[in-house]
Amino acid sequence: MITQIIFIVTGIKFLFMPLYRSTDFEVHRNWLAITHNRSIEQWYFDTTSEWTLDYPPFFAWLELGISHVAKFFDPEMLRVENLNYASDMTVLFQRLSVIMLDFFYIYSVKRCSDLLDNGKLLVFVLLVSNPGLIMVDHIHFQYNGFLFGLLLLSVSHMITGNFLKSAFWFAVLLNFKHIFLYIAPVYVVYLMRAYCFTVSSVDGVHTPWNSYSITNFIKLAIIVVTVFGISFGPFIRQLPQLFSRLFPFKRGLCHAYWAPNFWALYNFCDKVLQHLCAAFGIKIPRNVASMTGGLVQEFEHAVLPTIKPNVTFLLTVLSMMPALVKLWHLGADRRYRNMSFVRCLTVCATCSFMFGWHVHEKAILLVLIPLSFLSVLGVDDAKLFLFATTVGHYSLFPLLYERNLTPIKILLLLTHCAVAFSYIPGLYEVPKTKKTRRRDVIIVPMMTCVEMLYFYGLLMLCVYENVIHSLLGLDKTLPFLPLMMTSVYCSLGVFYFWVSYYHYFLTFNVSSVPIFKAPRSMEYQKVK
Amino acid sequence: MTKKSDPLKFTVTKTALLPGFFFALLLRWCVAAYPYSGYNKPPMYGDYEAQRHWQEITVQTPLINWYRNTSHNDLNYWGLDYPPLTAYHSYLLGLIADWLDPESVRLFASRGYENENHKSFMRWTVFLSDLYFYITAVMCICIDVERIRAKDDKNVFKRTDISFIMFLLYPGLILIDHGHFQYNCVSLGLFLWATFFIIAIENDILSTIFFVLALNYKQMELYHAFPFFFYFLRKCFCGVPNRAVTVVTCFVIIWYPFITSWDNLVPVVKRLFPFQRGVFEDKVSNFWCTVNVFIKLKNVYTNDEMVTMCFLTTLMAAMPSCLDLFFRINRKKFVLSLINVSLAFFLFSFQVHEKTILVVAIPVVIHFPDDPFMCFWFLLVSTFSMLPLLLKDHLLIPYIATGLVYISAYSIVLNLAQPNSWFLSFLNANGVYSIVAPNNKHNSVWLKLLTTCFFLSLQGMFWLHLGTIFVKPPDRYPDLFPEVADESDGCGAKFSVLIVSDKFQGKPLLARHRLVNSVLQEELKTIHAFTQKTLTVEQWKK
Repeated sequence: MITQIIFIVTGIKFLFMPLYRSTDFEVHRNWLAITHNRSIEQWYFDTTSEWTLDYPPFFAWLELGISHVAKFFDPEMLRVENLNYASDMTVLFQRLSVIMLDFFYIYSVKRCSDLLDNGKLLVFVLLVSNPGLIMVDHIHFQYNGFLFGLLLLSVSHMITGNFLKSAFWFAVLLNFKHIFLYIAPVYVVYLMRAYCFTVSSVDGVHTPWNSYSITNFIKLAIIVVTVFGISFGPFIRQLPQLFSRLFPFKRGLCHAYWAPNFWALYNFCDKVLQHLCAAFGIKIPRNVASMTGGLVQEFEHAVLPTIKPNVTFLLTVLSMMPALVKLWHLGADRRYRNMSFVRCLTVCATCSFMFGWHVHEKAILLVLIPLSFLSVLGVDDAKLFLFATTVGHYSLFPLLYERNLTPIKILLLLTHCAVAFSYIPGLYEVPKTKKTRRRDVIIVPMMTCVEMLYFYGLLMLCVYENVIHSLLGLDKTLPFLPLMMTSVYCSLGVFYFWVSYYHYFLTFNVSSVPIFKAPRSMEYQKVK
Repeated sequence: MTKKSDPLKFTVTKTALLPGFFFALLLRWCVAAYPYSGYNKPPMYGDYEAQRHWQEITVQTPLINWYRNTSHNDLNYWGLDYPPLTAYHSYLLGLIADWLDPESVRLFASRGYENENHKSFMRWTVFLSDLYFYITAVMCICIDVERIRAKDDKNVFKRTDISFIMFLLYPGLILIDHGHFQYNCVSLGLFLWATFFIIAIENDILSTIFFVLALNYKQMELYHAFPFFFYFLRKCFCGVPNRAVTVVTCFVIIWYPFITSWDNLVPVVKRLFPFQRGVFEDKVSNFWCTVNVFIKLKNVYTNDEMVTMCFLTTLMAAMPSCLDLFFRINRKKFVLSLINVSLAFFLFSFQVHEKTILVVAIPVVIHFPDDPFMCFWFLLVSTFSMLPLLLKDHLLIPYIATGLVYISAYSIVLNLAQPNSWFLSFLNANGVYSIVAPNNKHNSVWLKLLTTCFFLSLQGMFWLHLGTIFVKPPDRYPDLFPEVADESDGCGAKFSVLIVSDKFQGKPLLARHRLVNSVLQEELKTIHAFTQKTLTVEQWKK
């Protein structure tokens, strides 16, 4: 069945070829040209195009590799001066490159889903046909599929207990895209706990400090340092320039479109307070005009204190702390700790999404993809997954703002949700009473009342922004209102998810999860 | 007739219903993102412009003049040539277009009006028509498929959700309606409703009404008229002849504005049946087109002679099935005779368009759960036969993608029934029939032969695809590839006739069967010709 699914998904990806593509298309074309024509020393200095290279070195190498295939399609696209060049062959080649690299993602997904007993195929379908990845990669244009392939590969190695391989792949991933640094703490903590201690726990609770193995730690360190050495070695003389490209703190707190996180709520509150103050005649301490919802530049808040990068950094770390401590404790149990690792990955990814600096809406995928994997491993995971996947993918809609894409993106999400909602509840055998059966048209399975109300709100929001808003004629006077509504409404949902999932993770008790059997992981651990 | 089960007791498998439904809609929109026929091709553009032009005409000119050449209505520029219901539909859409964007239906000034918003509007109209007329009917038919399934029948294709998905994923209709741009979904949807009322509910009055509506939307529905006619004729012998009354009433209501005087009626009828055009348009995979390769028909016969000849052959090919239906009336026979008769029309009648294959394909899709192997084959061939048309519209990518999706979906269904089957196990007729009807004994030699034919046919299609797409035909035969393609589909299609008619062959009541058989013998020869021909193509490629 897997072959057929791959064919279907690939067929759909092919259909998206001539559709809208964002500026990222030109960004990647430019990188192809830079890496192909310039010497390594110039890669991070070239400023012919405004879209300078700002991914770590491995990605640049990848672009170089692809560019050698590109010249057979259309050599013109490899000229650096050829800005905004998009011939048919260029489009075909770029789209094809994403589709082909996606096969690596499919391979990793296959590896991951094979680790499961129950719902193997379901996880495979959910991950391979993830609407977020399809929207971001195949319509908007990026190479996230490949990167998430690396992440899942690393996770699958972690689950089977191949810590060194896992660390290796994660280090490689970091050198492809540094956004994954956000979840690096989880790796660090887990590898320290699970790999560097040769005995997991004597009494099942406490950490056996005396079993700390320096050799294991050195092995890990060697692997990570080697990978980073290979990556950054050739650029040793230009490190400051490279880092200034990788971490541009000059950008604002929020992206052009507010990602649905804590700061969206914060901005929204500020906006409301500003209007309230004006209404009640209270003088606003700072007079600010730049609080428009659509600009990338740094802006100052009117009423609430303005946020600096270090505040967001501090908040992110603080919010991750409890989860990491919990992960350390959960490491005492050999059988389930690998699942705890994936859960903690999700929690920390959510934390960074909630409080990070200049977060992209695409970053929600970092939460949703590990969560899809968890969705078949426990009732609570499944419930929260169903909720988060709907909200999270909905929040990606503003990425594809063209009107003719509206039905496509909505139907992509609906198909995904229909698959998730019709197959996941079946895994957990919810006892069916007559009452629920009679009303199952309105009732969404596995959702509480509040969550269902939230979904109906989402539905109305969707109708409002696509139909009513322009019918009311507000699209001229308040063009950014639907965007703000989407981001604030979705951030409520994401916030709810974050709190519930965090609570679930912190109160997680190993003795309460007898559902999951991991035959492979057991084998691996016995061999060790 | 059909054994009715307790209507309260039947079950409907719903698991894959919703995902499949949304996925099918998604596929439609993905195809809709591609260019339509005649995109950016002045001065005549294509079907898209025709539909837009009809909106313009119906909104801007009085009803009486819709079918007439007047100073406001130039019939040479996409004049209305569909029955009144299409005109009313265009009128309705035209009113909406007038409200949303008056520029798009301005008289004369709007010719060749093209922009993204308008395209999106037009796509939405097709989509909503599809949803309203076609998909609802499909839903009902698919529920019925599971309802009348015998308790011990484990045929996976008769599950509601599976049959629904397979029905909606049929690439031909998606590509023509949402890619090429037409409103076939309306007439076919109405036709499906009419069929549904016969095969599921046996409500003849409703069925009549819907069929008359379908007929008045597109005259192509005449292809289906014979089975309906014979079915009602038979019913009239058993009961009250109220169907005729219904038919007449419906016609009168629909044609009311035009039948006030003879002068109004004649131009409409003349527009609907343009016999002065040639025997076929472009390259059609029909009998005359095949014959035309060997004998240039135009040089031998006059147009009138051709009309008579077409008429007689069509009648001859259609009659056996109709009479069979008349004498041994039942639900399954009705669907089969729909297939046979429409195919007869497609192969032998006058002025056939390649898109008309859809009229044949839809009854085949209805029949799909009963005989997936042959139907799947035919549906693939039917989609393939439209390749030249789709290439003209730059719909190659959607064509490949939807075909791939359709084949994969079919393969998934087989996999559901038999978990160890692999991707290409649908090639094996034996395997497919053992899934569909494990209890029946099958003639394995016959099935082996079928498998080989199917394989050869797929091979032929594959190489022809490559040839059409990548190889420039030699100057002497500019239409080489479409021609060969057509012949092969023609053969595939004819081959299916053989099989379908085979079902009524067993009871030789009618002497005319022999006639059909002799005709089919000829076709069998062309099948061999086809395989030889593909071989030459391959050699030629080397």
